[in-house]
Amino acid sequence: MQILATDFGFKIQRMQTDVLVVGGGTAGTMAGIKAKQANPDSDVLILEKANIRRSGAIAMGMDGVNTAVIPGNSTPEQYVREITIANDGIVNQKAVYETGRLGFEVIQELESWGVKFQKDPDGNYDLKQVHRVGKYVLPMPEGKDLKKILTRQVKRHGVNVTNRVMATRVIVQNGRATGVVGFDVRSGDFVVIQAKAVILCTGACGRLGLPASGYLYGTYENPTNAGDGYAMAYHAGAELTNIECFQINPLIKDYNGPACAYVASPFGAYTANAEGHRFINCDYWSGQMMLEIYKELNSGNGPVHLKMYHLDDDTIAEIESILWANERPSRGRFHEGRGENYRTHGVEMNISEIGLCSGHSASGVWVNERAETTVPGLYAAGDMASVPHNYMIGAFVYGRVAGENAVDYLQSLDHLEPDADFLAAEQARIYHPLTQPNGIPHTQVEYKLRRLVNDYLQPPKSPHKMEIGLEKFVAYTDTLTEMGARDPHELMRCAEVHFIRDCAEMAARASLYRKETRWGLYHYRLDYPEKNDAEWFCHVNLKKAETGEMELFKRPVEPYIIDVDLKEEVYDVAVR
Amino acid sequence: MAQTSQRVDVPVIVDESKCLEKCNACIEVCPLDVLVKNPETGKAYMKYDECWFCLPCEKECPTGAITVQIPFLLR
Repeated sequence: MQILATDFGFKIQRMQTDVLVVGGGTAGTMAGIKAKQANPDSDVLILEKANIRRSGAIAMGMDGVNTAVIPGNSTPEQYVREITIANDGIVNQKAVYETGRLGFEVIQELESWGVKFQKDPDGNYDLKQVHRVGKYVLPMPEGKDLKKILTRQVKRHGVNVTNRVMATRVIVQNGRATGVVGFDVRSGDFVVIQAKAVILCTGACGRLGLPASGYLYGTYENPTNAGDGYAMAYHAGAELTNIECFQINPLIKDYNGPACAYVASPFGAYTANAEGHRFINCDYWSGQMMLEIYKELNSGNGPVHLKMYHLDDDTIAEIESILWANERPSRGRFHEGRGENYRTHGVEMNISEIGLCSGHSASGVWVNERAETTVPGLYAAGDMASVPHNYMIGAFVYGRVAGENAVDYLQSLDHLEPDADFLAAEQARIYHPLTQPNGIPHTQVEYKLRRLVNDYLQPPKSPHKMEIGLEKFVAYTDTLTEMGARDPHELMRCAEVHFIRDCAEMAARASLYRKETRWGLYHYRLDYPEKNDAEWFCHVNLKKAETGEMELFKRPVEPYIIDVDLKEEVYDVAVR
Repeated sequence: MAQTSQRVDVPVIVDESKCLEKCNACIEVCPLDVLVKNPETGKAYMKYDECWFCLPCEKECPTGAITVQIPFLLR
């Protein structure tokens, strides 16, 4: 069926740019700035579904940096070793190394722009130990305006910004990325952007599992991050990796933020079971740590909580001032509403919904140390690119790497006119819900899809359940055609449900493919409960084959650049 | 398809006596784009129940007209 934007009175907007950054969050704003710094004559455009002033994972700032490698405190080599062990050896060390090598320069540049990091009375960075060995956590008690500061720098550097336009597909011609298509989520206009290089920075797939509260948007990740980049890269033919290594976080029960030991443990707080006893000796978020939390929650010693009530009043007040002002500023009113006080009771914790996010685990679009995906001209950075445990500093570093390399890559390239059939097919796909305004609302279609994700994919993973889930996710392609929308806003949510479905299918297939258990709870398979290095010391990658089928295959782990003895150095955080 | 309307307790509460008709601050910063102006009154309201309770709308409102509650299902 032919469906055109103009059928609904919408216009077709055409744009051209040298570098197109999709997503103006942590990685995207930095990618735009760095591309412009690398070549001030190039046209750089950041496309953002929301408004870059308050978008992405750090919309309300950040209370600390988790991966700060600062000379005199730690080295890139130590950092690579730590992440290699935490991620059970399945890492491209060269890519992880860049986060360690360039992170300090990023911190210094952010400081020059007015971002404040905590320092001791002598003016040294006040690093805290949360990881198993090294000190990489740097508090940012005044980190709430991070996004405003980045927005100011984007403007100062002359980077163009288009807000409230959502990308839905990458255009690929002659084997390279040549732009994106999408639509304006307010006006409904169809938007076609030709670019010489495309950098995807669209964040995590945070709307994969359904939070236990049942509220669709009560997710850990900013719910605008619906796996857009995972799905767009997949349809562009790029490889994705480690998708079975889910993101699962220890959060405040019913709330979408952490309790948060990263902030509170340096003050003496710790994660405890219902009897007040420690059961983990390290609060760094890893699959192994999440498995211990899962076990404790399902033992007679659950629930678990963050214990602060043994601390003095001034210390607790200081923790509150950090936790209630940055990143998740509604945390204070959540506690107040329930009459909870850190001075008298622990903060009850639970396991989050599942998601895909390299920033916290390892699943993402495959990138090398140059932020290149496997499609020429297509780059990825931030939570959707595959550098494990990369967090905010890693997103900044890879935004920079992508921006600089993209400018270098595109120099001799020209724009290509998009294929008319491709544009027509994409209009038919995205505008379809408007042809049936009384079709099933996106809220119901999304709720059911994500409930199926919980039912069939939530670890521990059972092969038979995952097979049923996979069958349902594949069949859901037809269900998506039943969605109805009444305005461009609803159309945006419908398009996001398509992305979520793609991610659910990838998550099921990758989880079925890796026949072992690895990364603690993230990939805990009941039928293969042991790690099997002989067969599975490799990445599981997937891509869209020429036939249109999802193809899965093993990709060898790149040779290590830093020796790690994984037999000796096992990541074990259980207190026994 | 038969339609029904369902009443929902929405997280974003706007004090209309303080909301400025010419101001779009909250609408511009909402990541989920759930706020719009009532065309008849010029006051902002939450049109779509898709709130992340992240607070930019409340923080950036110049007159303090907005209060964000934790969504009922999480309270």
